[in-house]
Amino acid sequence: MKHAVEFDRVRRSYGAVNAVDDVNLAIREGEFFSMLGPSGSGKTTCLRLIAGFELPSSGRVLIDGVDASRLPPFERNVNTVFQDYALFPTMNVLENVAYPLMIKGVAKRERYARAEEALAMVALDGFAARKPGQLSGGQRQRVALARALVGRPRVLLLDEPLGALDLKLREQMQGELKALQRQLGITFVFVTHDQSEALSMSDRVAVFARGRIEQVDTPQALYSQPASRFVADFVGTSNVVDGALAETLTGRRGAFAIRPERIRLGRFDGAISVRGVVREVAFLGPVNRVDVEVAGRYLSAQLPSFSLQMPEVGTEVELAWERDAAHWLPEAA
Amino acid sequence: MHSERTPWALRLAAYGGLAFLHFPILVIFAYAFNTEESAFSFPLQGFTLHWFADAFARQDIFDAITVSLKVAAEATALALVLGTLAALALSRRDFCGKNGITLLLILPIALPGIITGIALLNAFKVAALEPGMLTIVVGHATFCVVIVYNNVVARLRRLPASLIEASMDLGADSFQSFRHVVLPSLATSLLAGGMLAFALSFDEIIVTTFTAGHEVTLPIWMLNQLGRPRDVPVTNVVAMLVMAVTTLPILGAWYLTRDTTDTAGSGK
Repeated sequence: MKHAVEFDRVRRSYGAVNAVDDVNLAIREGEFFSMLGPSGSGKTTCLRLIAGFELPSSGRVLIDGVDASRLPPFERNVNTVFQDYALFPTMNVLENVAYPLMIKGVAKRERYARAEEALAMVALDGFAARKPGQLSGGQRQRVALARALVGRPRVLLLDEPLGALDLKLREQMQGELKALQRQLGITFVFVTHDQSEALSMSDRVAVFARGRIEQVDTPQALYSQPASRFVADFVGTSNVVDGALAETLTGRRGAFAIRPERIRLGRFDGAISVRGVVREVAFLGPVNRVDVEVAGRYLSAQLPSFSLQMPEVGTEVELAWERDAAHWLPEAA
Repeated sequence: MHSERTPWALRLAAYGGLAFLHFPILVIFAYAFNTEESAFSFPLQGFTLHWFADAFARQDIFDAITVSLKVAAEATALALVLGTLAALALSRRDFCGKNGITLLLILPIALPGIITGIALLNAFKVAALEPGMLTIVVGHATFCVVIVYNNVVARLRRLPASLIEASMDLGADSFQSFRHVVLPSLATSLLAGGMLAFALSFDEIIVTTFTAGHEVTLPIWMLNQLGRPRDVPVTNVVAMLVMAVTTLPILGAWYLTRDTTDTAGSGK
């Protein structure tokens, strides 16, 4: 099968530091693919390797099945929405969006018509004559999106495009981006450090840590079957139980992750249960988070806030979870 | 409302300083209209526009102005090209010796003109170049380049790198990116740098003295006038014109770049 983007043992080093270290990756045609990771994990460098702003120190980057490792950015059929939007300040909105068409030599009338069309697609008709400086952050974002899409690239790269927006607008843009991607069928590669953003929008997510990929999977699989302690911890919150406690509770060696929402108060048949002292109760809206100290470590439980009487801090409680709620982590390599 | 009053002594000193700086210029202006011919006598004898007529009738003045305008225009054009290229080369890339080259580029403006002049004269002799228009233009370009370079570098520093990346990403090669994205952003700083360079070249005399050969630029003509006391009023008229020609572009350059933090090159 031909992939939209493929990384073949790609390494990018700066001096002695490997920003991207031996990454293999295959992004499918037409999928919404996220690269998730903390800052400095190599996700943005990977994006820049696809765009052509960075060249691999070794390995190959394939776009559309063709080795693009040495191609300059302007010879790659991928476009980028930049974190700071990078709109050209000397041009108005219409000229910005028409820019890639002008470079291609599309006649004036046609390129402005197509730019108008792209602006309508992001609900910005009527803003054509404005300068970027006269737009709000959300509007600039849409212009950047229209400009990157007007040339119908094979792949659209998005570098934390929602980072500068406030929460409401961000949630709205997440929905619109997803809808746009479905409508156009273009492959989206989306870089973010926000795990909830990655989970809610993506077909698949690659989790990055220290220049390597920890796991590539669907959001559901990432959440329910994290491949490593890092993923369990970074995607959602997780309680990781290991060592003697894990063995006493289950009779098995190793480490397992248990999601806070799978933990309940009380004792149930067939469930694993453990006693501990409540150290903290936090109201989070739909749920309460209860931190319980068990054998010198903390377990965090999320309890629906509408029905239950919350335990007092300092009291002893019993925690329980179904046996199959625990996900055993693979032995650390 | 509380307001800080400046002590009167300080105000007096400040106005005194300004007066000291500008009084001689006012004297020149006043005596350009004075009826008396030879000396700066006081009080003024009477008002006349006679000297303007005299000045405009003289071929040597006209020639000197032509030479100066030509030199300034050519030196500015040369500086715009070289200064912009130097700024582009030095602003982005980090390479070995970058700081050294930057220093060498800015040095001509810090160096006393007399040293630049002597050095150029020697260099031209070695190169067997006859002093003339070309040598004056090259001499002036040495400091005009710095002015343009400083202005362009300051602007480039505030140009986000992502703009050029965006341009390349959207299909433009390096030259197209320069032409459509970088150059329009530089427009005002080029205009400002060019105006300053023009003004500096127009009234430069030290380097010119060494490199002019037989050519007479306006400042050289004026220097020569010192030996002719009877021509003083005419010289005053020309001085006024020079003031006008050099002040307007400098004000223009200030106006164009006043919203930027660092308009560089007002140092000479």
